[in-house]
Amino acid sequence: MTAQQQTVSLFAGIGVVLFVASLAGYALKRVVAKGQPHATIDNLNDRIKAWWVMVLVIGCAFLFGKNGVIFLFLFISFASLREFMSLTYTRSGDYLALAASFFIVLPLQYLLIYVGWYGLYSIFIPVYVFLLLPILEVTAGDTKRFLERGAKMQWGLMICVYCISHVPALLTLDIPGYEGRNLLLIVFLVLVVQSSDVLQYVWGKLFGKHKVAPDVSPSKTVEGLVGGVLSATTLGAALWWITPFSPWQAALMAFAICAMGFFGGLVMSAIKRDRGIKDWGHMIEGHGGMLDRLDSVVFAAPIFFHLTRYWWT
Amino acid sequence: MSLDSFGATALCAFTKALTGARILWLGCPPAAVPRVYYGNHASHGDFALIWACLPPDLRVRTRPVAGADYWLASKLRKYVAEHVIRAVLIDRNRETRTEDPIKQMAVVLEAGDSLIVFPEGTRNTTDAPLQPFKSGIYHLAAACPDVEFVPVWIENARRMMPKGKLLPVPLLCTLSVGAPIKLLPGEDKDAFVERTRNALLALMPLEQ
Repeated sequence: MTAQQQTVSLFAGIGVVLFVASLAGYALKRVVAKGQPHATIDNLNDRIKAWWVMVLVIGCAFLFGKNGVIFLFLFISFASLREFMSLTYTRSGDYLALAASFFIVLPLQYLLIYVGWYGLYSIFIPVYVFLLLPILEVTAGDTKRFLERGAKMQWGLMICVYCISHVPALLTLDIPGYEGRNLLLIVFLVLVVQSSDVLQYVWGKLFGKHKVAPDVSPSKTVEGLVGGVLSATTLGAALWWITPFSPWQAALMAFAICAMGFFGGLVMSAIKRDRGIKDWGHMIEGHGGMLDRLDSVVFAAPIFFHLTRYWWT
Repeated sequence: MSLDSFGATALCAFTKALTGARILWLGCPPAAVPRVYYGNHASHGDFALIWACLPPDLRVRTRPVAGADYWLASKLRKYVAEHVIRAVLIDRNRETRTEDPIKQMAVVLEAGDSLIVFPEGTRNTTDAPLQPFKSGIYHLAAACPDVEFVPVWIENARRMMPKGKLLPVPLLCTLSVGAPIKLLPGEDKDAFVERTRNALLALMPLEQ
């Protein structure tokens, strides 16, 4: 199969899964909830609807190839950064640093990805922005909670721009024998990490008894974690044919992705809990904000990128 | 669709896209009764934010109160003020003004429309979350004792666009609407001003 045929058949497969999920959600609403409001079932149906939208958006981006995907993730980074900075304490003296984050750092990082300059996009935010941001901040002369403000803005840029940009950065990898098919690496990453989230939710709802991190995320259970990660790893292994990996390599990669995704979700939950909020934002019905949907992708993307780059290029 | 209502729709869409604004009706539901929405004043966009977040059927009957000196300064501003947002323009200069601002506002309320006001008078550039209120809010309440005064706390607008800056930072804004307040029989000026101000402050999210 060519890369295009593989992409089309993957999307068709996802469409079938979502169609079945929609039917199941409709049946649950009719039979179990009897058409009345029902918190869990309504949330499930909201999630399925949001999934349709997300798959359609990603599908449209793929139609435009590399440019479409880079533009899509630029927008995702923007929406995430906006949610993060809106909930972060800043003072009027941070205006320049904030404006620079949105109008210079964000587009520049994606421009560097676009031209494929690995040497710079991999250190631009961790080194240059890390040093320039506090310099912008200090020019305002406001020292109140200075380190805290700068550190939080830097953290937001690392999470929302740097880490997320490593998804489209997969397109810049030159893997011998895999030319022209890098979009499928993104499909592999997103499919594994998101299905791990969904499967953990499903396994947890069905068999969950023992809480895995009661103080951070009370809804996560050991049964959900083990069942979700194992089944998503299996799914990853079954998708080896769209990757440059062999089946067992694909399984290991999927496992690394799931593990990072799980801990990413925990870290982002801890921040929300500390701030006393349930969701980062309100952009996606049933899912909260952009960051709520992406917390696991954020942590998995750079690791998946570097593992692939180290062993396959 | 007329040019005026197209302008209004465009202004609302732009404001909402830029600020991702959402409105939380915490203290009361939206209602088509004459109300005075009063908010904290931190940026130029404040009135547009409240105005854009109101349900469309209420928005067409809600008029921001604004300074005539600013809004009559150019033809475009004058058009926007008079036709798009239908502002109630107040001459801020006490010496030269010919109309009583309280009377101007009372006429609008009596006609069944609502108002958007910012009782701090000027934009807040201090470290305090809210400046002292001017006494106008009391005089308006005394002139229209049946009208509901509804507090609207605007979060983040000041961080988006600090005074003197031209480029807004696209942060998300949240508007929290509190419970309506009416002037109590026998309530004096200081008590009412303080009560409305405290009701607005109570909507402020806790310090981060």
